[in-house]
Amino acid sequence: MSLVLFDQPGPRARARQRVFNVLALVLVAGLLALIVWRLHDRGQLEYRLWEPFVTPAYIQAILVDGLLKTLQAAGTSIVLAVVFGLLFGVGKLSDHAWVRWPSWAVVEFFRAVPLLLLITFVFFTFGVGDGFGPYWSLVVGLTLYNGSVLAEIFRAGILAVPAGQGEAASALGMRKTQVMTLVLLPQAVKIMLPSLISQCVVALKDTSLGAYILAPGLTFIGRSVYTEFQNQVPTAIVLAALYIAVNLVLTAVATWAQRRYVGEKSLVVPMVGDGASGLAPAGQRSI
Amino acid sequence: MTFLDGNVGLILQGFWLTIQLLVLSGICSIVLGTLLAAARVSPVPLLRGAAVVYVSIFRNTPLLVVFIFVFIAGPRLGLNYPFLVKGVLAMTLYTSAFVAEALRSGINSVPVGQAEAARSIGLTFGQCMREVVMPQALRAVIPPMASVLIAMAKNTSVAAAFGLAEATATMRGLTNNNANERLMIFLVFALGYIVIVELMSFAANRLERRWRVA
Repeated sequence: MSLVLFDQPGPRARARQRVFNVLALVLVAGLLALIVWRLHDRGQLEYRLWEPFVTPAYIQAILVDGLLKTLQAAGTSIVLAVVFGLLFGVGKLSDHAWVRWPSWAVVEFFRAVPLLLLITFVFFTFGVGDGFGPYWSLVVGLTLYNGSVLAEIFRAGILAVPAGQGEAASALGMRKTQVMTLVLLPQAVKIMLPSLISQCVVALKDTSLGAYILAPGLTFIGRSVYTEFQNQVPTAIVLAALYIAVNLVLTAVATWAQRRYVGEKSLVVPMVGDGASGLAPAGQRSI
Repeated sequence: MTFLDGNVGLILQGFWLTIQLLVLSGICSIVLGTLLAAARVSPVPLLRGAAVVYVSIFRNTPLLVVFIFVFIAGPRLGLNYPFLVKGVLAMTLYTSAFVAEALRSGINSVPVGQAEAARSIGLTFGQCMREVVMPQALRAVIPPMASVLIAMAKNTSVAAAFGLAEATATMRGLTNNNANERLMIFLVFALGYIVIVELMSFAANRLERRWRVA
């Protein structure tokens, strides 16, 4: 607690704080007790409902067919999205209007359209029947969306490199491509690494949308488990716990990268539907 | 564009539900998010801890899983409400965590020197907050808050997977019946969402400009 805003609490303030502490304790404990009692009351704590999660065959199904597929989809789409984002992010900074404008339009379009709408469209247009199926529909959708977000991050990262760097490189006689690939990008990567990792968390969470088109993954497996055992509540809790665990690890990595490579400076990425102002700090993760 | 015959009403109905979801969950998220942010900066350690736990749980759970909790696990616990209420509840539980973070980052962006200066010229805690910190924090909060709300507008589409006939669900239905016009249907719905997003972005920019310090 910083003591900038108020004085050191005196005896009366401390007594008041103690009262609030006790009230908060009662409130939080009451809420937790209510949840546990409710779970018990509705028979959701019975062993029968939790059994699949301690049965090796189901654990394997959840981890291999579920978590692994989810990580795979997220990983594949992030790799593809980096390529997409690099192309269009640099494209948005191009000196040629015929490169700049299409890049801008593509990035804006895919950032503004809901991912689920995009995935549904990709699936019903290219995925069904002889198409490439739900898994790749999900990956394509994720790539287009995350790629567009990454394009903005790349652009902001490149712009965050001090202007003198590019000017000095040009003065040395480098070509524009050389300036970008040898001088600007290597420095930009360092600045945007935390945002990139944060985007992995977003991609990982968004893989769950694949359940709408029956793509394999954690949520899909969860659905088959609770349809079979009618244990909706335990399944939901297990699903959430798995996602939270993986995401907390990724967030910790992002925080470490921020501290290691960037420091206090945070990258500024414009929000959707706005090119110039409306600057949102990118250190804060988008939904 | 034959799919438009007799379906314009359907499309508008879909977007109307999207807008209802958006406005209702927007209001609820801002209220709950503000309470959470207040708890996070409060001098009561337990409230602070509870808010931190809430925010990290809901920020790291996919929205779809939150929807599973509300729509599929909820009824098992005897918590059954009308569809719209459940939709708003799920959106609110999820978005309020992000609103709380946006508010906190806005307040944190006010330089400490501002508060120190206000205190050193003798303003009380209330005056300092009211006259110095809050007006600046409010301005700084607009961009991250707008980003959160825009993301929420797009996230309302997840409700489609749980039987709410909003825009995305409507698109899926139309696509099934007019398979040869998929692209046009997609573009029409995409345009609808783009209009909503651009309007929100425009409003945020106007607000930010109006409240900007000269």
